[in-house]
Amino acid sequence: MTDILNALVILANFIFVPAMAYGSQLALGALGITMVYSILRFSNFAHGELMSFGAMTTILVTWALQSSDISLGIFPTALLAIPVAILVTVVLAVAIDKSVYQYYRKIRAEPVTLLIVSIGVMFFLSGLVRFIIGPKDQVFTDGQRFIMKARAFKQMTGLNEGLAIKMTQGITVVTAFVLVAVVFWFLNKTRTGKSMRAYSDNEDLALLSGINPERVVLITWVITAALAAVAGTLYGLDKSYKPFTYLSLLLPIFSAAIVGGVGNPLGAIAGGFVIAFSELTITFAYKKVLTYLLPESMAPDTLMQLLSTDYKIALSFVILVIVLIFKPTGLFSGKTI
Amino acid sequence: MMARLMTNRTSFLFAVMAALIIFVGFIQSWNVAFTIINLCLISAIMTLGVNIQWGYAGLVNFGLMGFTALGGIAGVLISMPPVPGAWEAGGMGILIGLLVGLGIIIAAVMVWKKTAHLGRVQHWALAAVLVIGFFSFRHIVDPAVAAIESFESAKTGYLGGFGLPIMLSWVIGGVLAAGVAWLIGKISLGLRSDYLAIATLGISEIIIYALKNEEWLSRGVKNVTGLPRPVPYEIDLQESPWLIELTNTWGLSLIDTSSIIVKICYALLFTAVLVGIYRLSEIALKSPWGRMMRAIRDNEVSAEAMGKDVKAKHLQVFIIGSAIVGAAGAMLTTLDGQFTPASYQPLRYTFLIWVMVIAGGSGNNAGSVIGGFLIWFFWIEAEPLGLWMIELLTSGLADDNALRLHLIESAAHTRFMMMGLVLILVLRFSPKGLIPEVKR
Repeated sequence: MTDILNALVILANFIFVPAMAYGSQLALGALGITMVYSILRFSNFAHGELMSFGAMTTILVTWALQSSDISLGIFPTALLAIPVAILVTVVLAVAIDKSVYQYYRKIRAEPVTLLIVSIGVMFFLSGLVRFIIGPKDQVFTDGQRFIMKARAFKQMTGLNEGLAIKMTQGITVVTAFVLVAVVFWFLNKTRTGKSMRAYSDNEDLALLSGINPERVVLITWVITAALAAVAGTLYGLDKSYKPFTYLSLLLPIFSAAIVGGVGNPLGAIAGGFVIAFSELTITFAYKKVLTYLLPESMAPDTLMQLLSTDYKIALSFVILVIVLIFKPTGLFSGKTI
Repeated sequence: MMARLMTNRTSFLFAVMAALIIFVGFIQSWNVAFTIINLCLISAIMTLGVNIQWGYAGLVNFGLMGFTALGGIAGVLISMPPVPGAWEAGGMGILIGLLVGLGIIIAAVMVWKKTAHLGRVQHWALAAVLVIGFFSFRHIVDPAVAAIESFESAKTGYLGGFGLPIMLSWVIGGVLAAGVAWLIGKISLGLRSDYLAIATLGISEIIIYALKNEEWLSRGVKNVTGLPRPVPYEIDLQESPWLIELTNTWGLSLIDTSSIIVKICYALLFTAVLVGIYRLSEIALKSPWGRMMRAIRDNEVSAEAMGKDVKAKHLQVFIIGSAIVGAAGAMLTTLDGQFTPASYQPLRYTFLIWVMVIAGGSGNNAGSVIGGFLIWFFWIEAEPLGLWMIELLTSGLADDNALRLHLIESAAHTRFMMMGLVLILVLRFSPKGLIPEVKR
C-alpha cells in the first residue's frame, strides 16, 4: 500500500504539479491567441513577444518596488506589479492595433497578410524588450519559495517520497483559474461579451444589429494584452525570465490553441493542459515509479523513459502535427466564442 | 515602357547596393565587405527559394530554418571523413534500426489504408502498430547509439561522413531538403495558410531538436568543426611565393590579403550558383508553368475548375523552393566551415528571410535578390549604425551616465526593431516591395 502511495507521490511531484502550472501558463497564452483569432481573424505571431513585454514590465516595476522596500511578505512582490504591467501592455497592444493592424481591417486584407504583419510586430517587440532589459536571464521571484516542502511532506505523511509545491506554481494555478473564470463570465454574461461572440460568429450580422466593430476589437485587445501580461509574468516567475524563451513558447501555445480548436476558448484551456501533460508524461523517466509498483524481481534497470527530456518542446509540435492531420478542427471543434 | 522603368529601378538599386559595399570596404575594411557579400549571396539564394513558394504560388513556408539546417547536416555528412571505430561499434545497429523504422512506417500506412472500412478499429490498429514499432525501434537503435556516442566522444562520438568534396553537399543538401519537403508537404499542404505557417514552423523546430540531440548523426551541441573547404586555406596562401611577392610590391598586409582572396573565391562560387538559380527561376516564371502557378495563387477555385491539380502543384512548388533553401543551407555551412545546431534560430533563419522577400518584392526574382542583399547588409550594419545613432543622441550626457551606458550596451538589439519596422512599413506603404512583380 505504501508502495503505491509512494509511486503516486512521485507522479504528483514530477508530473501533476509541474504540468498543472505549465498547463495554466499555456492555457492563458492560448486563450489570448484564440481571442485574437476569433475576432480579428488572424494568427497572431507577436503574442509570445507581447507576453515577454508584459513580464518585462512586471520585472521593472518589481525592481522599483523592491528598491523602495515594498513587499508582499511571503508572496512574490511581482503580484503587486502585475496590475501596472497589465495596464502598460494594454496601452501598447491598443497602440499597435491603432497604428498597424487597423489599416488592414479597413482594406479587408487577407488573413495571411495580417499574419505577416504580426511577424513585423514580433520582430519589433522582441527588439524593444531586449533593448530595454537586455537578453540576459532575470530572476525576480522573492518571498517564500515553497508552499509545501518535500521534507515537510515526508515528515507529515511518513512516506519515502516527498511532494514539493513551489509558491509560484500555486500562484500560477490560482491566478489562471480566477482569470479564466472572469473571462468566461465576461463573454457569456455581459452585454459586451455577448456582442463579441456575435461579432465572432457572423461579422455582417453583428454589424447590422448595430454592434460597433472598433469597440469589439478594442476590448479584444484589452483582454488579450491582460492575459498576455499575466501569462508572461507567471511563466517568468515559475521558470525565470529570458527574452528569447518567449518565441519558443509561442509554438506550444499555438499547439494548445489548435489542439483545442482555434476560436474556442474552452478548447484553448483544455489544449494547454493536454500539451503540458503529454510533454511531461512522455518525457518522464518511470524507473522509480515502476520500482515501487512492480515486484523486486521485475524492477527495471533502464530509465524507462519514452523520449529523452531534450525532446520535451518538440513533443508539443508532434501533437500539433498529429492533430492537424487527423482532426484539423481540433478536439473541441464546432463552437467558437 | 514599364519594363524599361523596371530595369532602370533594378539597376539603380543594385548600384546603391554596390556603393554601400564599397563604402563599407573603405570605412570598415574589405574583409568585412566581403564577409557581407558572401552572406548576401547566400541570403539571396534563400530568398529565391521563398519567392518561388510565396511569390509564385502563395504558399507560406515558415520552416526555412529546418531546410537550412538540413543543408548544413548534408555538408557534414558529405565532407567529413568517416569514423571507422564508430561504424564498427554501432553502424550496423543504426542501419538495421533505420530499415526497421522504415518498415514500421510502411506497415502503419498499410494498416491505416487496409482498415479504413472498420471505423474506430482503424485508429486503434494504427496506434498499436506505432507503439509496438516504436519500442522495437528503440530496442534496436538505443544500444547502437550509445556505442557510437561513447566512441572517443571528445573527438568524434558520431558516425562521420563520406569524405567526399564538400561542394557535392550543395546538391545533396538540396535533395535532402526536397525529400523532407515532400514529406511535410504531404502532411500539411492541405491546411489553411496560417495552419500551414504554424505547422511548418513547428516541423522546422523538430528538425533542429533532432539535430541537436541525435549525436550519433550530427554530434549535436558538441558541433562539427573543421569541415574541408572547396577553396584554398589562408595559411597555405600566406606561404605561397606569388602572394608574398604581390603583397610586398603593393605594400599590402599578407594576412588580410590572403583572407580576402579566400572570401573572393567563395563569392565567385556563390555568385555562379545564384546566377544559375536566378536564370532557372526566371525561365520557370515566364513559362506556362509559371503562368499556371500565378493562376493558382490568384484564384485556387477557378484554377481547379480549369482542371489544374492544385494540391499536386503546391507540393511541387513547395519541394522546389525548399530544395533551393536546403542548397543555400549547405553553402552556408561550407562558408562557416562548421555545423552548430544550436545556432539555428527562427528569427534569423526563417523570419529574416521573409523580411527580405517582402521588402524586395514578392513575385519578382530581382526584387527578392536585392531584398536579400539590402536586408542582410542592414542586419549586419544595424549594430554599428545603432551604436553611432545612440552615441549621437546621448552625446549631451556624461560618459558614465547610466542611461547612456545602458543604451550603448543595447545597441545590438536595434536590429530586431529595425527589421520589424522595415516589414511593417513596407507592407503598409509599398506592399509590392522595392521591385514589384511584373504584370504579364
